[in-house]
Amino acid sequence: MNWIAELKDITKTFNGITALDNVNLQIREGEILALLGPNGSGKTTLLKILAFLEKPSKGEVYFCGRKVTEKDMKQMRRESTMVFQRTALFNTTVYGNVAYGLKVRRLTKNRIDADVRKALKLVKLEGFEKRFAKELSGGEQQRVALARALVLNTKLILLDEPTANLDPKTALIMEEIISEVNRELKTTIAMATHNMFQAKNLPHRIALINNGKISEVGTPTEIFGSLSKTLASFAAVENTFSGNAKVMENGTTLVDIGNGVQIEASVQSSGEVSVFISPEDIILSKSRFASSARNLFKGKIIEISDLGSVVRLEVDVGKPFTVQITKRSFKEMELNLNSEVYLAFKASSVQVV
Amino acid sequence: MEILDGIVKAFQLIISGDPRVFEITLRSLFVSSAATLFAVLWGIPMALFLGTKNFRGKFFVKGFFNTMIGIPTVGLGLILFLIFSKAGPFGMLRLLYTPAAIIIGEAILILPIIVSFATTAIESVDPEIMSLAKTLGASDDQASFAVLKEALNGIVIAGVASFNRAIAELGIALMVGGNIAGWTEVLTTTISNETAKGNIELSIALGITLLILVFGITLATMAISTLRRRRK
Repeated sequence: MNWIAELKDITKTFNGITALDNVNLQIREGEILALLGPNGSGKTTLLKILAFLEKPSKGEVYFCGRKVTEKDMKQMRRESTMVFQRTALFNTTVYGNVAYGLKVRRLTKNRIDADVRKALKLVKLEGFEKRFAKELSGGEQQRVALARALVLNTKLILLDEPTANLDPKTALIMEEIISEVNRELKTTIAMATHNMFQAKNLPHRIALINNGKISEVGTPTEIFGSLSKTLASFAAVENTFSGNAKVMENGTTLVDIGNGVQIEASVQSSGEVSVFISPEDIILSKSRFASSARNLFKGKIIEISDLGSVVRLEVDVGKPFTVQITKRSFKEMELNLNSEVYLAFKASSVQVV
Repeated sequence: MEILDGIVKAFQLIISGDPRVFEITLRSLFVSSAATLFAVLWGIPMALFLGTKNFRGKFFVKGFFNTMIGIPTVGLGLILFLIFSKAGPFGMLRLLYTPAAIIIGEAILILPIIVSFATTAIESVDPEIMSLAKTLGASDDQASFAVLKEALNGIVIAGVASFNRAIAELGIALMVGGNIAGWTEVLTTTISNETAKGNIELSIALGITLLILVFGITLATMAISTLRRRRK
């Protein structure tokens, strides 16, 4: 197995603050590697070093077996390209955006046209060439940004939270595209995410990162299986809780996560476990309602973050839960800080590890 | 009646293509365009630096350029007169009372407009555009150019505002140009001079020409930028 990139003892400080602390990491040729960790854990900085946009304060970067010196950085940027979390677009057409990297590489017009068409087909935006990029929806813009990176056919593609600001349906499309690109084009991908669900399903390997340090690297089965202790220490990762599980008479599992909060899960498990619930799987309502969902909690909104088309709410039900709803629902329900709400989710939505 | 008569005669001068009106208008256009070109060549790199880099004292540099926008043209004209006069530090260049002196003076006058407006336009560009261009394979220069392209509308407005200021100013053209017939006469200096001499119809003709130029150029730029936006 060949390494595409290798980080050796990488430390990065910004104005005295350590963003990365002695990081060692290898990225294998052809794999999808997820950097899983809470916001502010150093994921973006790590990606920017791999994109050669930032140089490490200490340590060495190897690319395809060769040590990258400061002099090589500009050249190396053509081998590794990054898609930022907040979609930045050039103020022009979709074509102009996707063609940019090909134009600076001085390819012929015919070649550029053909490559742009292929890349747009890959992200399911066929025929969008002449549309004005900034007038597209958030999900379409993010796909333009992805196509703009894919079209360059670099050895490594770095994705910073590719689905963080998207609604669940578009996020799913993005995940399918990422997985397809990796499968069909054999492109090596390193992506940052704080979404447990995504990390469990998409990548070949996961690197857990917190406070600028990588604590564990392994396959999803390894990470979500035997390493549950490390995972549970990720208190800052959304909707991840640890607690004691016992199997009930009806065959479901009840997990006591403390503060009087008990979560029912459909898989059978007992002893110390970690559970997580995807923020998209939680239904929010203003009144108690009868439903088939086995988990129903009353709580108060303690934080509201606007992500464009969707809104993320932090709801305290004894433990803090993150819930994601559309902007439209948010407005229609007239929610505010301290609003009383009910959370409901199915036992089958609870992932137990 | 004298005014009405003046206006009628002025139009006759313009329509008949009076050689003097034509010559003065061309010189005005040439001098102001050259001044704008020089100011843009100097000002845009400065604006790019101010708009994308952080350094100690940036606030004061920007403040300086903002203040300089309002500098009185006669004041600057006087300073330049002293510098270019025989006894001045640049006296040996013999620039006083030449079109070159007016071009240099007006370029200095409008540099702050270019720098301030363009800096604001560049600062309003998404700060990630520079990194974006680089990660897509652009060199540092290409990345800077990508930022300029994003700020293009603001920069064009800065250029037009500067040109208008240059073609409409009087103090510098008068003090370092001297309004020498056939050599350094421009629209504003001639209007001032001919009015004082009582040659009202020529003044009105030149005044109308000046207004048409300023309006025409501004409107044409607006039209082009609207068309450009629609074509996208």
